[in-house]
Amino acid sequence: MVALLGENGAGKTTLMNILFGHYVADDGTVEAFGTELPPGDPRAALDAGIGMVHQHFTLADNMTVLENIALGTEPLFAPRFRREAARQKIRKLSADFGLEVHPDSLVSALTVGERQRVEILKALYRDARILILDEPTAVLTPLETDALFSTLRKLVAEGLSIIFISHKLNEVMAISDRVVVLRAGKVAGERRTAETDRKALAALMVGQDLVPPPVPPVVTGPALLIMENVSTPRRGTGTPLSGVTLSLHSGEITGVAGVSGNGQAALAGLLSGLETPQSGSMAVQGHAPDNWSPVAALEAGIARIPEDRHAVGAIADMSVMENVISERYRTPRFSKHGFMDWKAARNFAEEIIRDYDVKCPGPDARIRLLSGGNMQKLILGRALDPEPVIILANQPTRGLDVGAIAYVHGRLLEARARGAAVLLISEDLDEILTLADRTVVISGGRLSVPSARGERTVRELGELMAGHAEAAA
Amino acid sequence: MTEAFDILLQTSFWVAAIRIASPLIFATMGELICERAGVLNLGIEGIMVAGAFAGWFTVYSGGDLWAGVLVAALTGAAFGLLHSTLTVPLGLSQHVVGIGVTLLATSLTYFTYRLALPEVTSPPKIEAFQPLPIALLSDIPLVGPALFAQTPLTYLAYVTVAVVAWALYRTPLGLAVRAAGENPSSVEAQGISVTAIRMGAVMVGSALMAVGGAFLTMSAFNSFFFEMVNGRGWICIALVVFGSWRPGKALIGAVLFAAFDAYQVRLQQVTGGVVPYQLFLMLPYLLSILALVLVARRATYPKALMVPYQKGER
Repeated sequence: MVALLGENGAGKTTLMNILFGHYVADDGTVEAFGTELPPGDPRAALDAGIGMVHQHFTLADNMTVLENIALGTEPLFAPRFRREAARQKIRKLSADFGLEVHPDSLVSALTVGERQRVEILKALYRDARILILDEPTAVLTPLETDALFSTLRKLVAEGLSIIFISHKLNEVMAISDRVVVLRAGKVAGERRTAETDRKALAALMVGQDLVPPPVPPVVTGPALLIMENVSTPRRGTGTPLSGVTLSLHSGEITGVAGVSGNGQAALAGLLSGLETPQSGSMAVQGHAPDNWSPVAALEAGIARIPEDRHAVGAIADMSVMENVISERYRTPRFSKHGFMDWKAARNFAEEIIRDYDVKCPGPDARIRLLSGGNMQKLILGRALDPEPVIILANQPTRGLDVGAIAYVHGRLLEARARGAAVLLISEDLDEILTLADRTVVISGGRLSVPSARGERTVRELGELMAGHAEAAA
Repeated sequence: MTEAFDILLQTSFWVAAIRIASPLIFATMGELICERAGVLNLGIEGIMVAGAFAGWFTVYSGGDLWAGVLVAALTGAAFGLLHSTLTVPLGLSQHVVGIGVTLLATSLTYFTYRLALPEVTSPPKIEAFQPLPIALLSDIPLVGPALFAQTPLTYLAYVTVAVVAWALYRTPLGLAVRAAGENPSSVEAQGISVTAIRMGAVMVGSALMAVGGAFLTMSAFNSFFFEMVNGRGWICIALVVFGSWRPGKALIGAVLFAAFDAYQVRLQQVTGGVVPYQLFLMLPYLLSILALVLVARRATYPKALMVPYQKGER
């Protein structure tokens, strides 16, 4: 089992997409089992025995598991599709490798972990000899990750080769036999896993020794935001909050761990003013807001770092300058008598670009052109510059590389030292363990009892994330 | 009031309903195939006009009736090729291209008609398809004549529904078409070309639309005149939604709509001028809007409908 390790943007996914034929290489060739593969042809890669599990699943939601797996495995113009034979084969593969999933359920009804099993089954169904997994653990709970790892070990025992793409060092150390490190599109090094350690790999990945930001001891201040038994209305397929009680204290980072889709969106929406409580009460700095809205949230001093920076955090086709003032354009600083003060806006944008080390062509660049890390720094600058008292950081480092993650963490710790209350919602348990002074687990729209730093083990948190109620102590 | 009800018991009413439904069935199946593959084909109205003319003109110029159907289908496929070249590999807006194809096909047809027949004042006639009652089956009261004393082209419409339903749900190709409309990257990841699947679907779908148009000139009537398609294409788009993208349900929708249409004509005669006839003309459309609201709100549409797919793009 080979692990391909590298930061975001190091070229891991690009390399694998070339291997699999989604992209065409400008130069060079790919060889599998001694024969050269024609470029840009996924079919040839599949026929050569290469299977790929993409980071973003390539499944059709409104079709069954069986249909997704069997798609393209029979001659297109066959008069009928042999459903029963396919079902038998899937059953057998599921049983052999511990990939439990019902062949006739709709993909839309499956959990993320089950969908991933379907992706692996897709490759096995075609008798793949080489299996590529692109960031397979990004969407899994710790328990699901363990299950995945045991499946992968079984596959390797069967003689398959596995390429495991990841930027998570502990996983790479746990599962691989050999590690190839990519940096900025080049192979930075190759090590036998048994002969290296996390620190050495991290240095190879980043190109320098990485020092995690120091976490000074917590100085807990007064509660700035208090939620008392809050429930939110059901919206579409989202999980609403039910009876959530939580207080955010000055100088403290509160971490919310959990698997995505367990009410994080409702909690973030509530704090950012997009959602109002259906029952229960909420008090921001001592007052219960009567007209809770995004504007009210901003006025109450809540800064928001949204989960999806592309869709919600920024307006892709507008400029850096316009994006940076988008939360505050109505304030006297940026508009007077109904007219924009573009000069002030430009100065402000330049200030953020400088202070937050945003690499971009300038205030007029369209924000779409910025890399994820730089876009996030800009959003961070926009949120943190007014020195907010309450900060909602929803998945602030998702998809960022190690360097950018350290930067974001440093800034959040700075805000904490200043006395801000930070609510950190994250699916990355390592992030929660590093930053959060107090941790709650969200599951099915309910919060667990909070635990102080180091009070619960990863395993205990994982159990809570999987929805197992805490055993009475 | 009993007169209004008696209409439902007339054989001629049901015969008319099925006749009116036939072109809708063809075109609805055509649109359904396109949309299942992820392409909205708003060229339908124009393609029906082109098919109506192409079929009729082939027969008028001395061709066989079935040759007319074939030429209509090929004409439709050609417009389908144009539509899909612009929307699939080039990824242009399906709305804009569809409306463009409708306008182009319609005006090109009228132009060709004028060019081919500059002198005529009244539309020339052809020897159209004649009803071909099927022995025994057509003797069943009410249902028999309605379903089994129609022209061969109507029977072809029945067969089309069965073939489309079978192909979509029982064959590997149908699986690929549906997956292309749900999540094209799943098709790509399994080594099948999304471009080929979508372009093929649009061409086959467009061919069916054109045959639907040809039904009007070669079976329902026996001549071609302007404005004869008269919005039927747009109705078919609504019927696809009404049928939740399923061939069987869409068939029911087509027959239902046609029945309303046949009913209102007869109702006009019954009420004899007391109620303005325009009100009755409106009836099928009003009812179809109502049906859409009731039925289609919960429909699960193909997820990748109207989303162009570009290989290698994230």
